[in-house]
Amino acid sequence: MDVAFLAEELGLTVRCGGDRMHREVSGGYVGDLLSNVMAGSKSGDVWVTCQAHQNIVAVSVLKEHAAIILTQGRQPDKDTIERASQEGIPLLITKLSAFEIAGRIYSLLDH
Amino acid sequence: MTLREIADLLDARILVGGDHLDIEVKTAFSADLMSDVLAFAKPGSIMITGLTNPQIVRIASIVDNSAILVVRGKIPPEETLTLAEELDIPVLSTRYIMFETSGRLYANGIVGCVRKIQGPESVIPL
Amino acid sequence: MTQRCECFFPVEGGRFEDAGKVSVEVKKMLKKIGIPDDARRRAAIATYESEVNIISYAIRGEVHLQVTRDHILIDIQDAGPGISNIEQAMEQGYSTANDRIREMGFGAGMGLFNIKNCSDTFEISSEEDKGTHLKILINR
Repeated sequence: MDVAFLAEELGLTVRCGGDRMHREVSGGYVGDLLSNVMAGSKSGDVWVTCQAHQNIVAVSVLKEHAAIILTQGRQPDKDTIERASQEGIPLLITKLSAFEIAGRIYSLLDH
Repeated sequence: MTLREIADLLDARILVGGDHLDIEVKTAFSADLMSDVLAFAKPGSIMITGLTNPQIVRIASIVDNSAILVVRGKIPPEETLTLAEELDIPVLSTRYIMFETSGRLYANGIVGCVRKIQGPESVIPL
Repeated sequence: MTQRCECFFPVEGGRFEDAGKVSVEVKKMLKKIGIPDDARRRAAIATYESEVNIISYAIRGEVHLQVTRDHILIDIQDAGPGISNIEQAMEQGYSTANDRIREMGFGAGMGLFNIKNCSDTFEISSEEDKGTHLKILINR
């Protein structure tokens, strides 16, 4: 399952994705505390968070996430989009809460 | 699901509120940032969080969460648990990460909170 | 007979360990007076966000709670840097929080937005290097 498929299945808005939309998604991580995300998330994870500031991109790059999903319709600021584009991290948005979107991603991964 | 069933599903330890395990839970809210809980959580929902400071208990009390479920194997410090006892809010802890915890509960019929707190308002900047 | 009350709660800047103490007390107080669930919850949330703002950004502040026959009035005044751009600060997700504040679970940028949503009327004024003043009104 790749990022593009996930975005399609879950009706996510793609703010930037470029050529990385075919990255394989192997897991998920939900969290807003950057230290936890650094310690606990894995390469290939889709990271679900409400944090929209540009620091999230650095974390995603370091941890080799497949993509970042912002919850509750949150809009990333201009700096975040720019950095994500530069670093090639797909930035997706869902209107749903973290619980709901994690639930759906989990089901998709399970199958 | 009841709290007891949630605890079983997630191999969760019951740290506070062992006598409240028959509470019925229908909704959940997963967050580390408490402002989101304030904005979106429904009364009666279970708060799923990786945060362990006493804040989580105060927030739970303010929004009327039915219980707090701490994830990632974290055990809140004494002051958090004492406050939870004082305010009578059950606290559970599971080893599973927030993603898996949310996923499992969702698969078992727990739904997210979609309502936002409404109140007619007018803003007057001075 | 409807009950009224009036009280003041001081809040010290920087004391993150105390964040929420005042709001929890306010909620208890409102319950005792017989304020209905929804109004009580909204008042507690508005108070909480104000408390956290004082703790996060100000030197000190004060929450003045007044319950009249028809309204809950929450007046919050702080001494601190003030807000330079109120409109921007009111935006959902806009935050000036540093990493330290975020790691504690605060700084989502929802504070003023949440307060506005919880209030029936809401007034805000601020002066740089002086402080910020919020007036929240919730109908009983």
